[in-house]
Amino acid sequence: MKYVTEYRDPEKIQGVLQEITRLGEQLTTGKDRPVKLMEICGGHTHAIFKYGLEELLPPTIEMIHGPGCPVCIMPKGRLDDAIAIAEHPNVIFTTFGDAMRVPGSKHSLLQAKAKGADIRMVYSPLDALQIAKNHPDREVVFFAIGFETTAPSTALTVLQAESEGVPNFSLFCNHVLVVPALEALLSNPDLQLDGFIGPGHVSMVIGTEPYQAIASTYHKPLVVAGFEPLDLLQSVWMVLQQLAEERCEVENQYARFVQPHGNAVGLAAMQRVFEVRSAFEWRGLGDIPDSGLKMRPEYAQFDAEAKFILPHRQVADHKACACGDILKGVKKPWDCKVFGTACTPEHPIGACMVSSEGACAAYYKYGRFSLAKATPNPPLPALAK
Amino acid sequence: MNLIANANFDRSRPPRRIPLRDTEITLAHGSGGKAMRDLIHDLFVSTFDNPALSPLEDQARFNLADLMQLGDRLALTTDSYVIDPLFFPGGDIGSLAVNGTVNDLAVSGATPLYLTCSVILEEGLAVETLRQVAQSMQQAAIAAGVQIVTGDTKVVQRGAADKLFINTAGIGVIRREVSTSAAQLQPGDVVLVNGTLGDHGATIMLARDELALSTPIQSDCQPLNGLIAAILNVCPAVRAMRDATRGGLATVLNEFATSSQVGIRIQEVALPIRDEVNGVCELLGLDPLYLANEGKLVVVVPRSQAETVLAAMQSHPAGAQSRIIGEVITAPAGAVFLKTTFGTDRVIDLLVGDQLPRIC
Repeated sequence: MKYVTEYRDPEKIQGVLQEITRLGEQLTTGKDRPVKLMEICGGHTHAIFKYGLEELLPPTIEMIHGPGCPVCIMPKGRLDDAIAIAEHPNVIFTTFGDAMRVPGSKHSLLQAKAKGADIRMVYSPLDALQIAKNHPDREVVFFAIGFETTAPSTALTVLQAESEGVPNFSLFCNHVLVVPALEALLSNPDLQLDGFIGPGHVSMVIGTEPYQAIASTYHKPLVVAGFEPLDLLQSVWMVLQQLAEERCEVENQYARFVQPHGNAVGLAAMQRVFEVRSAFEWRGLGDIPDSGLKMRPEYAQFDAEAKFILPHRQVADHKACACGDILKGVKKPWDCKVFGTACTPEHPIGACMVSSEGACAAYYKYGRFSLAKATPNPPLPALAK
Repeated sequence: MNLIANANFDRSRPPRRIPLRDTEITLAHGSGGKAMRDLIHDLFVSTFDNPALSPLEDQARFNLADLMQLGDRLALTTDSYVIDPLFFPGGDIGSLAVNGTVNDLAVSGATPLYLTCSVILEEGLAVETLRQVAQSMQQAAIAAGVQIVTGDTKVVQRGAADKLFINTAGIGVIRREVSTSAAQLQPGDVVLVNGTLGDHGATIMLARDELALSTPIQSDCQPLNGLIAAILNVCPAVRAMRDATRGGLATVLNEFATSSQVGIRIQEVALPIRDEVNGVCELLGLDPLYLANEGKLVVVVPRSQAETVLAAMQSHPAGAQSRIIGEVITAPAGAVFLKTTFGTDRVIDLLVGDQLPRIC
């Protein structure tokens, strides 16, 4: 496929890997631990597992899977609020598909749907607006989740609802911000991290400027990366290169889409519709200051939090769940007591097991088998092209 | 006299065939009375027309001696079809209901022969829609060489079903000397597939019109019994066959690996997937290996037979794009791997539920 296969070229990948291996050895000589790099974005975690990139990386490089899956970090209390809205008899609740299975304190949206709530899966907030126009007698609520990646499209949808005068449309706003979450992680003394792979899609919106604080205040290199295997490996190599040269900069590997100042139209729409919450709770990480978005009072007519009375309960994470430490890179999934036993993708307890982008779910799915024991077959007769 | 001459006038007439005048299905069409009789006659009996159906007894009857000419065991299967939308590029619920059941019979090594057709109709369904579906079923039955020999019609209140549900059961006769089973894969065996993966699943996603994409992809809905006959002619020792419907190739391979307690490794470079299907999947964060197919055969054969079977498949119209895609390995038992183009192994696990689009 054009513009995709080029970034999966096995020969180029081998070339980058050789460089990574060389730098990895150089950087770990005399050290007691590998170089630890965190990819922040859930899309990157997904790609790393999908393409088996961890298997390619030398043992001197360890990837830590960060808190960048917007579905995973949604706290149970917010899910309960979403379900409470959805269970209103006159509401059509619209959501992206991957939020359907996330468990709240009692059940998930999928289970609420089975019990009779009118919950519909959409691919875009504009689909939700269309549903509102088709059902003027019902209140249509869109479950707005995601980082800065999805926030502009929900903001623009609100602006469109305003200009078209659709009174029965509202947002349940749960948008979160990347940089405050990173700063919260970095101010933790337990953290062992040498550098970051920055999120590509978020950066298409916010640009590369907002990461400067990570480089200057916390002295960690960050490279904004694309989502193909070659993008990710090249970005790892760029971070290692910075470490080897003792630089801490923000670099942009994904320049084919990411501009330093981001997307002005998207940012302006966000600015107009949303304001920063004083704090937002992240599953596994707790309250993080200035890390979430809410609707400005001028748009209260489109704000589900203003239209509905919500339970707003804080529900504590399970005691045995180690998601917080896993997200900080302090623990690995298999260090958690409930990993693979009480906590599985079928019955997730913690954030990291919820979505396929979560670190625990990915390890559970991809990390259980070893091919070492297999006796090799002779070559296949005809791998016909 | 004229009157006497008229006494020879033939008073017998063919039975009255009043075409159904209603344009919508009502509860009366399921009541067992005249309305139902007219519906069944006009839509089903006249369309499916065959000797086993026309007596309109409560059951179809078969001559055992005829069946035994074809093999030594019977295969029986049933499947319900609840697809939305009813019509989609490359097929409709009718062709699906015939081909799906034909294929479930054929993968056992059976010659599919007779199908039933039970419909559950939602009050308000357009009669014309049902007529089109019945005609499509008959065309599919002719193409697959089977007959629809008995059926049932129920009508439920508006809202109690979504437009039209079809259940088809089928019987076929299994050839002598053929014994396929998911539990008899052996290390070294070779896995083949008869063409591009995920076309049906991608088509249905796009046909629901929620994505506003336009592509030339069509459902691969087709009968596989001809192709399977061609395979069994050259290799009666086929280990396992299955049509990769819901859950796609990934699910079938996992079932094989678990039943036989072996590992399976497929090669990404060998997988036939259309650019358009890959594109839709890249957009939505879906995996074509889990997308549904309705005319794709996964077949496992002993290594020594692989090339013969491949050649036989490629020379059949339903298998022109057949490929060898992987092999059976000793360990780890019950696991399926994909060897990526750059040499890593990725586990292809069973999904918990449906694939859900990812948001970022």
